[in-house]
Amino acid sequence: MSKAAPQEVIKEPSMLKQKEMIDANFKSLSTANEEGRKVSSTFVPGNLNELLMCFDITRNFPEINALQNGMRKKSGRLIMEAERHGQSEDVCTYVKSDLGMMLQGNIGPTGDKLPDPDVLLLSYTGCFTFMKWFELVREKYDCETIMLHVPYQADGKITPNMRDYVVKQLKEDVIPTLERVSGIKFDIDRLRQYMRESAKAEDDLVWILQSAKNRPSPIDAFFGGVYYIGPIFTAFRGTEAATEYYRTLRGEIQQRLANGQGPVTPEGDFGKERFRLVVEGTPNYTNFREFWKMFYDEGAVVVASSYTKVGGVYDFGFRHDPDNPIESLADYCLGCYTNLSLPARIKMLCSYIDDYQADGLVINSVKSCNSFSAGQLLMLREIEKRTGKPGAFIETDLVDPRYFSAANVKNRLESYFQMLQQKGANQAA
Amino acid sequence: MTVQEIVDRCQALYDDLHFNVVKEWKAAEPGRKAIGYLPIYVPREIIHAAGMLPVGILGGGDQLEVIHGDAYYQSYICRIPRSTIELGLTGRLDSLDGMLFPSICDVIRNLSGMWQLLFKDKYVRYFDVPQTYDDNIAGTFYIHELQSLRDDLGELAGRPITDDDLRRSIALYNDNRKALADLYQFRAGQPWQAPTSEIYLLLRAGMVLPVEEHSQLLRDYVAAAGREERPRRDNCRVVINGVFCEQPPLGLIKSLEMAGCYVVDDDFLLVTRWLLDDVPTTGEPMENLSKAFLHHSAATSAKFEPDKADKGKFLIEQVRNSGAEGVIFAAPSFCDPALLDRPMLQEALNRDDIPFTAFKYAENTGQLQAIREQAGTFADSIKLWSA
Amino acid sequence: MQCFIGIDLGSTTTKAVVMNEELQVLGRGITNSRSNYDVAAEVAKQEALLNARFHLFRQSLDGVAALDGRLDDFLDQLVRDFRLVQFLEQLADLEQTCTANASPDRFGADTDALHEALAEIFRRLNDEAPEQFAAGANRKSDFFRDVAGSRYLAVGEEVAGASKLSFDYVLNVYDRSIIDVENRISEESLSDKLMRALDRTFVAFADLSAASDAVRAPVKAALDVALEETYVIGTGYGRARLPFSKEHIRSEILCHGLGAHVMYPDTSTVLDIGGQDTKAIQVDPAGIVENFQMNDRCAAGCGRYLGYIADEMNLGLHELGPLALKSTRNVRINSTCTVFAGAELRDRLSLGEAREDILAGLHRAIILRAMSILSRSGGIRDQFTFTGGVANNGAAVKALRQLIKENYGDLTINIDPDSIYTGALGAATFARRAVDSPETSTGEH
Repeated sequence: MSKAAPQEVIKEPSMLKQKEMIDANFKSLSTANEEGRKVSSTFVPGNLNELLMCFDITRNFPEINALQNGMRKKSGRLIMEAERHGQSEDVCTYVKSDLGMMLQGNIGPTGDKLPDPDVLLLSYTGCFTFMKWFELVREKYDCETIMLHVPYQADGKITPNMRDYVVKQLKEDVIPTLERVSGIKFDIDRLRQYMRESAKAEDDLVWILQSAKNRPSPIDAFFGGVYYIGPIFTAFRGTEAATEYYRTLRGEIQQRLANGQGPVTPEGDFGKERFRLVVEGTPNYTNFREFWKMFYDEGAVVVASSYTKVGGVYDFGFRHDPDNPIESLADYCLGCYTNLSLPARIKMLCSYIDDYQADGLVINSVKSCNSFSAGQLLMLREIEKRTGKPGAFIETDLVDPRYFSAANVKNRLESYFQMLQQKGANQAA
Repeated sequence: MTVQEIVDRCQALYDDLHFNVVKEWKAAEPGRKAIGYLPIYVPREIIHAAGMLPVGILGGGDQLEVIHGDAYYQSYICRIPRSTIELGLTGRLDSLDGMLFPSICDVIRNLSGMWQLLFKDKYVRYFDVPQTYDDNIAGTFYIHELQSLRDDLGELAGRPITDDDLRRSIALYNDNRKALADLYQFRAGQPWQAPTSEIYLLLRAGMVLPVEEHSQLLRDYVAAAGREERPRRDNCRVVINGVFCEQPPLGLIKSLEMAGCYVVDDDFLLVTRWLLDDVPTTGEPMENLSKAFLHHSAATSAKFEPDKADKGKFLIEQVRNSGAEGVIFAAPSFCDPALLDRPMLQEALNRDDIPFTAFKYAENTGQLQAIREQAGTFADSIKLWSA
Repeated sequence: MQCFIGIDLGSTTTKAVVMNEELQVLGRGITNSRSNYDVAAEVAKQEALLNARFHLFRQSLDGVAALDGRLDDFLDQLVRDFRLVQFLEQLADLEQTCTANASPDRFGADTDALHEALAEIFRRLNDEAPEQFAAGANRKSDFFRDVAGSRYLAVGEEVAGASKLSFDYVLNVYDRSIIDVENRISEESLSDKLMRALDRTFVAFADLSAASDAVRAPVKAALDVALEETYVIGTGYGRARLPFSKEHIRSEILCHGLGAHVMYPDTSTVLDIGGQDTKAIQVDPAGIVENFQMNDRCAAGCGRYLGYIADEMNLGLHELGPLALKSTRNVRINSTCTVFAGAELRDRLSLGEAREDILAGLHRAIILRAMSILSRSGGIRDQFTFTGGVANNGAAVKALRQLIKENYGDLTINIDPDSIYTGALGAATFARRAVDSPETSTGEH
């Protein structure tokens, strides 16, 4: 791999814009402490980006740092560093990549120093590990920790009790603490303004994701989707930059649709669309391109994925609502994908298979994330039963290169694609 | 009853993966119902107040062959959900009318959804407990959750649960906690008289017996054990931590004692000792249960510690109060809560100069030799330090 | 004659099957996968074609009066003679290669002594070769590396000892040479070699000399039938490394499913336990794969696990099953993790448990893993076909039968002694179908 000649990667204007945005955020983080700007560390699912902006607090996302380190092939040694310092081999590698980075001086993925946080905003949404993660990070810093406990949607619905609990925490704990940390008084109109921007970008995001209902699909809703969700799942939701990014992206995709083109891949245009798939689970970030290539080389396009819903489920109608800002923040937190029950996740994936006319389901099960992974084999069975479409099960990890066996993954995918083809040919005959 | 008779009874209950004792309890009176629950904590008082038997489900141990349960889990997920599914799919849990899945971790959380799909005719509830502790905020939420459980069980029972029902049940569980506290005190005082393998079996009996009967059994044991003449060995005294969900095999517990460690406190079956003080039997029962949870409950890895300075404090108090000389961290493989918590607890112990050792197990761990050696070495080193 | 060939490139052995237009199996071939997959595929294919050739001999010699009642003996002798001819050819190659590698720049003053020793070693190896290929001779395997290697070491040690030459030199030269020799494909045509073998066979069957023409003619006629490689399909774990274009490659899941269906047309569920992985496959009545599951990235419970256990117990792999069958007591082994297996094993041995009981427990543990993978793929349906190397292990089969009965009731369980060829058989069938209906094979959807 490393010996191969460097390949020209094809990039569109929206991609370049996104890269600029992300790099700028890392730069801004690197100077925050010196410039006296307040910094929060916080998680992607259930993040309160608009609210933090109301207090001029810069947002640092440890998950994003971990995945960026994964993509840049830095995570392996960071994970081992954390394991040398007592973390178990068994636990989440996002956490270990983050802790390993802290142990090595907290230099971020782009080489810029990451700032010490002034507040740890623990949005405890859909992932048990988040709680331990911030307890572990807190050991190193003397700063406020806010626990925002978001109850689990076990019965597939948000009850008034759950919403009230989150709203109360926001009003009586989160906002007063942020006021204290930042010295800035909370202004609800400012929040409303950010939320108006959020909703605009959310509309475009949904349009973009749903463009995959076309044949051929102009996007890949998993590998490509990871890029599309970048701004809105992180520090940019509620900013004009995000609105602008999604408008540009929508324009590009509109053009592809008009031209009858498939998705863009790192190696240029997608060939003939042979298989339409729904993907459940997270990507693997250490071998992201290699993994993607196994799909597009076979003409397999992902038309819908659950991963593009971890930072917010928008395609069933939810939007950030400037008229009910706090309540809609609560609903946003409660509604993130990993906070949904298994039956609700199954229902969602079945509807994707139907609505996007998919040929099958691929589950990428990662060792790190029990929130995603525990129960996926039952999901597979249940979805196969309900839709009659065959599924494939692949095992990798988020950012631990030790858990990506290319030969093993490729073997399964190839077998799966050939099975789909054989079945298709048989049905056609 | 003699110690042997009591232990034999508990051992038989422990070995019975078909829960015949639950079937017998139900058969004794028509219409009786039983509700299963997973570790760490559920308010058993509410189940009891509905006239139902709370039944603790702790996986399949090392005697259950897991075939279908394994089909649902990847190799990097712990054992307890797979053996629990095996118990369910093989009909061993048919005597249960419902199952409660407390918020321990994402694996057990998701298991609640799997149960909804696999056992459609059963009552299934994910029991969310607050991770913040303000009465006005978390208390309001939690009381609603308790009330909702109360309503559901009332419906299942065919009669509403009254406040007086609840107060009576609370009193019985207060009494059970009292009996347990006496048992733990007895063991901490004379660990050679009350081996932890026996204490553990007694606790396990509490997972399937009615609470009144269990409290009596605990008292009978303390009385009988006090009369025994047992050899006192030159063992070190340890607290065991991390065993709050998936259970170590009984052989492992015995191995620790054989290797020279008296366990004087632990986090086995926390449901039995989760609430640290008596819950008031007057006033609003739901509010009382809520306040007890928010302000007077044990610390464990699955619970958020709001104050950095208090991290590890509960464990250190366990060590001090029981006169322990060290801590054994025993965590199930792939247990996120225990394994992620461990480095922080170890750091706290380091600050207080409390020695510790650590290993992993699974409920069906077959090779105990390495654990025996490790525990033995730990016991020897403690004796060297204290000499 | 049109031939359809399937090649299954496994991690330890490579198998090939040759089929005719009517889907009849003409021949099978097997070789070790060695380091060079291209050569392994080529050798396996040649072996299968050779085997097919013998199939044709049998057809054409059937009814030759002189061979009445001893056609089998005659063909067996011909096979042995052919193997000998083949062996001698490779031995000559080995001698030449060793001699060339025994150059002064490596061995300095000892070069001449080494040359003398090599000459002596190969003289003896040549002398004893016919004996090794005589009727009833017990060869460890038919792979050149195994046969020549073990004798070279034995003879080499004697010769080196007698000549005061360092045995290390003798060994060194061999190690340098064997891979090259193994990976060289013979230039002599198969027919020429067979005709040379036939000459030897006539020596053994001296009384046939009178009927020589009556025998030679049909053999010659069968040799003249061109075995045309109409379509070849490759499969197996190493398939990506085959020098085939994409339309000539199928996944081993598809091939195993179809192969099992071809062997037992009523197959619904297939279990294959190989060295590196365990596969559970569900097929429809036409042999098309409906669902499959494989062991996860952890290789617990695969054939390789038995290899570790055998090493740990200092036993041969083939000895495990028979020993386990002697068990009288159930021992529950919970770890199928190859890493922990050794520890658990030693722990139990130290507790005084009997070796055969532990082994029986280990076999059951492997099959339990397989049962879980089967359950994951949708369970076991009638009929059930078990394939792969572990299907030849009696103790594993016993545990499997028992567990199937306990969990799924009485089912028909098919186990073919030649199940190692299942994947290649499926691939050959795909090759045949590809020619029938090209649109299902070109990769177009």
